[in-house]
Amino acid sequence: MGEFTYEKDADSIVTVTMNMDGPVNAMSAEFRPLYADMVNRLEAEEGLKGVILTSGKDTFFAGGDLKRLVAVEPDQVQDLFDEVEAIKADMRRLEKLPIPVVAAINGAALGGGYELCLASNYRIAADNPKTKIGLPEVTLGLLPGCGGVVRLTWLLGLESAMPFLLEGKQLAPAAALKAGLVHEVVEADALLARAREWILSVQGDAAAAKQPWDTKGYRIPGGGSNAPKLAPRIAGASAMLFQKTRGLLPAPTRILDVMVEAGKLDLDTALRYESRQFCALVVSPEAKNMISTFFFGLGQVNGGASRPKDIPRSKVSKLGILGAGMMGQGIAYSAAMAGIEVVLKDMTQEAADRGKAYTEKLLAKRVQRGRMDEAKAAQVLGRIKASADMEDLRGCDMIIEAVFEKIDVKDKVIAETEAYLAENGVWGSNTSTLPITRLGSKAQNPKNFVGLHFFSPVDKMPLLEIIAGEETSDETLARAFDFAQQIRKTPIIVGDKAGFYTSRTIGTKIIEAVQLVAEGHDPVRVDNLSRLIGMPTGMLSLLDEVQIKLVTDIYRTQVEMGLLDPAEEQNPEARAMLADMLDNHDRHGRATGKGFYDYSDSGKTIWPGLSKWRRDDARISDREIQDRILFRPVLESLRCLEDGVLRSVADGNIGSIMGIGAPVHTGGYIQYVNTYGLDRFIARCEELAGTYGPRFKPPAILRKYATKGLLLH
Amino acid sequence: MSQAYIYDAVRTPRSKGKASGTLNEVKPVRLAAGLLEALQERHDLDTAKVEDVILGCVAPLMDQGSCIAKAAVMSAGWDESVPGVQLDRFCGSGLEAVNIAAAKVGSGQQDLIVAGGLESMSRVPLGSSGGPMLFDPEFVIENKSAPQGIGADLIATIDGYSREDVDAFAVESHRRAAHARDNGWFDGSVVPVRDEVGLVIQQRDDFIKPGTDMQKLGALKPSFAQMGGFGFDDMALAKYPEVQAINHVHTPGNSSGIVDGASAVMIGSEQAGKDLGMEPRGRIVASTVIATDPVIMLAGPGPAARKCLEKAGLTAGGIDIWEINEAFASVAMRYMKDLGINHEITNVNGGAIAMGHPLGATGGVLVSTVLDELERRDAKRAMVSLCIGGGMGISTLIERV
Repeated sequence: MGEFTYEKDADSIVTVTMNMDGPVNAMSAEFRPLYADMVNRLEAEEGLKGVILTSGKDTFFAGGDLKRLVAVEPDQVQDLFDEVEAIKADMRRLEKLPIPVVAAINGAALGGGYELCLASNYRIAADNPKTKIGLPEVTLGLLPGCGGVVRLTWLLGLESAMPFLLEGKQLAPAAALKAGLVHEVVEADALLARAREWILSVQGDAAAAKQPWDTKGYRIPGGGSNAPKLAPRIAGASAMLFQKTRGLLPAPTRILDVMVEAGKLDLDTALRYESRQFCALVVSPEAKNMISTFFFGLGQVNGGASRPKDIPRSKVSKLGILGAGMMGQGIAYSAAMAGIEVVLKDMTQEAADRGKAYTEKLLAKRVQRGRMDEAKAAQVLGRIKASADMEDLRGCDMIIEAVFEKIDVKDKVIAETEAYLAENGVWGSNTSTLPITRLGSKAQNPKNFVGLHFFSPVDKMPLLEIIAGEETSDETLARAFDFAQQIRKTPIIVGDKAGFYTSRTIGTKIIEAVQLVAEGHDPVRVDNLSRLIGMPTGMLSLLDEVQIKLVTDIYRTQVEMGLLDPAEEQNPEARAMLADMLDNHDRHGRATGKGFYDYSDSGKTIWPGLSKWRRDDARISDREIQDRILFRPVLESLRCLEDGVLRSVADGNIGSIMGIGAPVHTGGYIQYVNTYGLDRFIARCEELAGTYGPRFKPPAILRKYATKGLLLH
Repeated sequence: MSQAYIYDAVRTPRSKGKASGTLNEVKPVRLAAGLLEALQERHDLDTAKVEDVILGCVAPLMDQGSCIAKAAVMSAGWDESVPGVQLDRFCGSGLEAVNIAAAKVGSGQQDLIVAGGLESMSRVPLGSSGGPMLFDPEFVIENKSAPQGIGADLIATIDGYSREDVDAFAVESHRRAAHARDNGWFDGSVVPVRDEVGLVIQQRDDFIKPGTDMQKLGALKPSFAQMGGFGFDDMALAKYPEVQAINHVHTPGNSSGIVDGASAVMIGSEQAGKDLGMEPRGRIVASTVIATDPVIMLAGPGPAARKCLEKAGLTAGGIDIWEINEAFASVAMRYMKDLGINHEITNVNGGAIAMGHPLGATGGVLVSTVLDELERRDAKRAMVSLCIGGGMGISTLIERV
């Protein structure tokens, strides 16, 4: 059983140390009675001089009970509302005590943790570099429901509170002090002493025991929401929010709404309004999707659920990279940043140097922005040895080839360099589509051969798709997994079928968009509607970016290699259209300025030649277009799960979000089905399959789960 | 149903709705009261016979707050038995007042009503009344509630009106308005605004810029490109995914002017006219108000006019002149396109681009404008239409008797 340790010292100051069950303090079922008891006891005290609220854990307080929240069903909303209101009433009682209450923030205070701090009169943070302070609820589709939106808006004003509430910005203590989130930052070991000292220093000062919002005449910085000068800001903030979310994420909208309302209502009414909006979000599919994937799914993936068991953790100390092009130089940067010694090898010293210069450029930017000092940057850069000499690779415990995506080129570098690996070293092949088993078959040691699909730009993209060839050993997979974490990427492990997981899946939504155009529909409408489901860019724009040429070449190669059977092609019209665009109209994509769009310095306009495919009698609703484009990757992900390319649901969700632009509100392509409803999803697939073909047939795995009434986890 | 006759229709001249405008010194209540006083004088009216005064006003707060219509009645020294009511249907308010008056008279509930509106945009600026359509983030995001200028530019984009097209329309509006004013065609209905001792503050419309040409208009910056870039374009395009990008063609030069002004239309039954010795100038044949897509917002007038024609059992060919409020050039151009009519018989004496659009007053202003012109041409029927926020559209069909 956890407890709130209650100690009253000789100065009549009570220190409450939160020490709940489990590794962190959180707003679990255990919290409410503990907090209520504390407030009851404090209210009953006589002659008390002050209260210090602190934590017995490394962190101060972690936040809400997500396990409980993700399970709340719409018919349980009243209970949730009552519960939240009860906690908030206790917080209100605490902040209204006529004695000063100090939050002694010894470690991270996020979400509910920082809300407890806001309901204290004074906030002192220990100068602990690991401490983060903020309200990240929005990133999980929620809002800070225990007064965080209202109190922070009242404290900082509408404008200044926006980054913390709408983006979930978190700050280290020094920055939190500057932003006004805390009043003081002190050395960690001086925290409680300083809290006590402050309490004693304000004795007799009634104002110190009063919250600003309970102080007569208090005005919200920048004015209340009806202040005329705020009107254009409020209108502008709505527009900017829409631009960012396309209206698909209810959390930031509701947060901005509560912020604006908080500037019109009195505190207690605003707090109640906040509870209602919180409850509305908790039961929204978007919040359930985001919590399931960004919290639980990510935890599972990072916790190594897909990593082969019982293999000791490993570290790469010397990494060889073959090919200093876009991918190679990005991998070199990420590895060097993680403290790994890197040999960046290309055919010529010049090419290798150019690759290294990329890291130099990124580091200079960091230094310029004050995110790194010169010495550290020099140290990171010093870890990369640009070379054209094979000999420099000797002793690498991992070599990653990032050479041209042609099987004979890859075969050649494997033959030339595998021998330079340290004993039992791992060979990683960076490819988005070439079969790993086939590549590995040319290796001396196929067991140590693994696919490492990086995403571009490597320094920004958080995902690493690890591909297990048929011969790849569990130990090699585990080592690849550990390497990914070492360079701060999130790893998923997938099977070696055509296109692995991510390329195979992203291809389906793109080709479906092309199919719609080939059927005669308006390309601008198709492109925009795909963006409006939440894809980072429109599908035709995306295809222009990745190049029609590249996609078509890959397809042709896969057909040549017998990996794909053109007779089984689900979108022959789309394939024919792309071939026609490429072969007869020189439409290669963005790089040549000619794709689905014509590109110029003044922007892009749709290529008029597409009118060749337009049909005036083609009719389709917006919803039908959007379902077709969204359902394809969802169905493909389910098939990947079914045929073992995906080893877990979490890998699919995280992989689709981090690697291939699955809309955030879906929580990933598999989670989307859970809140859509399995039965409803199956019915909709049948409908689409009836109209557009068997590519929309629901995979058997869906029915298996649906009949058991299970969710895909 | 008895007929609703128009016995008179008057308006103030319009002036720039800024501190530098001539009418800024005039209290809104006096703008409206001045017209009521004029009506009384023009007809030696026993004001006790007026059963209501209905005035449109879009920003009914501050100087225009607290039932400004009743205040205007009192300020004009009308009989204490005369009530007053203010209403708001955005830019359609003035015409809505006229239509309600016509409906009440037509139904026999009342016999004599003054309807119109007022707006001192210099004193109570655009947007003063707040409201969810622009200032409630939840409403705005859920309803893709972009400001009207975005809708105007979207209409231009969809219909393919270029910057030159809308500017040319604006040049013509100024030319026509200046020509009509300078020939005295407005003098019968424009009542000079006077001060307490009777000195004239403003005699005639002074917002018109007769020298307006393509070059001058071409130099103006688009008004809505910046706010569009903030995210409002994305909002509108979410409803119109077939549009690649919004072409921001509207500027202060081809949009309605922000002005101060008021209007008043006296509507009564046949009997009321007889009792008071007044000759009817026209009658209200039909009226409609409808709503269309609120995102593009300003496409309502065409459908409203069509419905109005249907109610009257007429076709477009039966209308001699058309009056569409020039909120934005694209709105008037879309209206003409919708109805298959040309500029020759539309806004024949210019419109709000040249003379200004005092929001709540405009509907009444347009009634007096077309009535004068029908008389001048000795023509029969006119259709008056306005676009309205929220996608609404309003139309009134007027016929001389």
